[in-house]
Amino acid sequence: MAEILIKGVAKSFGSFTALHSIDLTIADQEFMVLLGASGCGKTTLLRIIAGLESPTQGEVWIGGKRVDQLPPRERGIAMVFQNYAVFPHLTVYENIAFGLRMKKLPQAEVDTRVKRTAELMHIEQLLKRYSGQLSGGQRQRVAVARALAMEPDVILMDEPLSNLDALLRLEMRAELKGVLANSKTTTIYVTHDQVEAMSLADRISVMNGGHIVQAASPVEVYRNPAARFVGSFIGNPPMNFLPAARNGDGRYQVAGIALDGPSSGGAKLEFAIRPEDLTIAAGGLKATARVIEPLGAHTLVTSEVDGKLFRAVLDSDLKVAPGDELSLVPKPDRVRWFDPETTRAVN
Amino acid sequence: MNSKTLPYLLLAPATIFLVVFFLWPFLQIAWLAFTTEGGFTMQHFQTMAGNWKFWPTFWNTVILAAIVVPLQLVMALAMAQVVAKLKTTRNTILYIFTIPLGLSDLAAGIIWLAIFEQSGFLNSMLVGLGVVDKPILFLGYQNLWVIFIAVILAELWRATAIVMVILVSGMGLIPKEYYEAAEVFGAGPWKRFVKVTLPMLKPSIQTAMILRTIAAFEVFAVVVALGGTTLPVLVGETFNWQFALNDRNVAAAFALVILAISIAATLVFLRVLRTPKGATL
Ligand SMILES: Nc1ncnc2c1ncn2[C@@H]1O[C@H](COP(=O)(O)OP(=O)(O)OP(=O)(O)O)[C@@H](O)[C@H]1O
Ligand SMILES: [Mg+2]
Repeated sequence: MAEILIKGVAKSFGSFTALHSIDLTIADQEFMVLLGASGCGKTTLLRIIAGLESPTQGEVWIGGKRVDQLPPRERGIAMVFQNYAVFPHLTVYENIAFGLRMKKLPQAEVDTRVKRTAELMHIEQLLKRYSGQLSGGQRQRVAVARALAMEPDVILMDEPLSNLDALLRLEMRAELKGVLANSKTTTIYVTHDQVEAMSLADRISVMNGGHIVQAASPVEVYRNPAARFVGSFIGNPPMNFLPAARNGDGRYQVAGIALDGPSSGGAKLEFAIRPEDLTIAAGGLKATARVIEPLGAHTLVTSEVDGKLFRAVLDSDLKVAPGDELSLVPKPDRVRWFDPETTRAVN
Repeated sequence: MNSKTLPYLLLAPATIFLVVFFLWPFLQIAWLAFTTEGGFTMQHFQTMAGNWKFWPTFWNTVILAAIVVPLQLVMALAMAQVVAKLKTTRNTILYIFTIPLGLSDLAAGIIWLAIFEQSGFLNSMLVGLGVVDKPILFLGYQNLWVIFIAVILAELWRATAIVMVILVSGMGLIPKEYYEAAEVFGAGPWKRFVKVTLPMLKPSIQTAMILRTIAAFEVFAVVVALGGTTLPVLVGETFNWQFALNDRNVAAAFALVILAISIAATLVFLRVLRTPKGATL
């Protein structure tokens, strides 16, 4: 059992605040992804959980024990580093065995565990090599095997796939998901790649500027962004936004059409819709097509609505040319609204 | 210019320098040591080895090196660890540690003589504190081991910093991530030192050990300052045969012995502290 509790964790480097009072609970055996743009504090939060950095404020609990004053080795964690940190002076075998030897496990046990995890990561034929004789992908596998061999309560990973080429990344991603699901560990995984986050996570914590903006399941984060940032960060292409103002009969005026808005909304709101939730029909938003990008099954149409950039993912049967006038109707149940002041979602 | 010849051209000045100032004198020395009136002979080596002072001289030199160099390694590792951990005062401390490097070995010997001689600091202090009634003759021929210790102290004081400087720069090259990985995987400070610092510092340790051991075999001025001829060492004897006994051939034989043990030590360090293929950063 290793539930992770993060209570009011803040971190400052001198006058710069990297994390503002983070609260987060990660359930036992959950796969939590920390997702956010570069510099938003993902690594800092992960390192605080690992004990490689101490929080300026707040508490970290792992498996019911407060750990923020403990050194990393007493926290029951294992970590996969971004640059792998596979020891160059040790063979693959000794790298995987490193933590086990520190725990003073008997040699037979070390041997079983090294062989088992090496097999799991498909590196059993590399055990005698040094890391200088491995490819990036193989080194990555060693780093994961070293963490798994510890049979830790918690595995922390900082962008473990970011140094691999696209194809290898895809392969490792699927493999990691399978291996970690079977290992019954709680996983915290840092990435700035939203596709990776979506495909791996039980829950995603979207971070921005040292805050956690939303922590929810991948579909929830995608469908119901809690804040404008989430909608604009997640999804490729991201959400479309247009200003909206309440008119006399309580509906919202969006670029020339009136839509039913949230009952609790103020006089001004921001209308949001995902590009794939638009259809061509009469009475929609008037758009002027600018760029047409056929993507096979769909065509991405970048247009202008009311002078603002607006994207639609449409069926590729549709014939459009730059300069065409389109009428784009948003699917009513997919329309989202944000408060322009707080940028939070309004329901 | 052809890119194949360029490297050779760039190496040429250094090569010429080495040939003129090292290889040529070496050949001359070898010639002196192995010939008599134009013919090959082992006679000079026999003279050298037959002299009653040869083996004590040889062992004095080797034992001095065998004590000084490992001590210097241990001390330099400790000092480098301290310096590498410092953030703000790092450079100041580094400069202070390296001050003795700026002194010639003779000056260093004289400084330690000023401490140990009969009217030196140590005696003044002992008398002043009432530990002894009258100054003690520390560096007399009856107390060979005191001279030995004095030489060791002087050498430690004088030349440990160079080892430290090499180690500090080597430590700076070890990526922080390896320490963090070791820490996460259960290594405390001592284990991190043994399992990460030491193995990853091996190339620097190798360099430092080779440099220091060769220098230790050439110890001379410090010994002369502290012990005169009471504690004979190889370079001292070389000097003696060349200038006091006017036998350049035997002096050359001594020089070759120093060269031989230096090469032997270098080979040992290259072998023992080698890095396996693929095990580099
Ligand atoms: N040791 C440090 N000293 C000062 N500032 C730091 C330090 N470590 C991180 N920061 C700052 O804290 C912020 C968050 O850094 P962090 O490494 O957590 O970002 P990240 O989300 O992991 O980014 P990336 O995706 O680029 O790895 C950054 O603005 C960074 O400059
Ligand atoms: Mg990072």
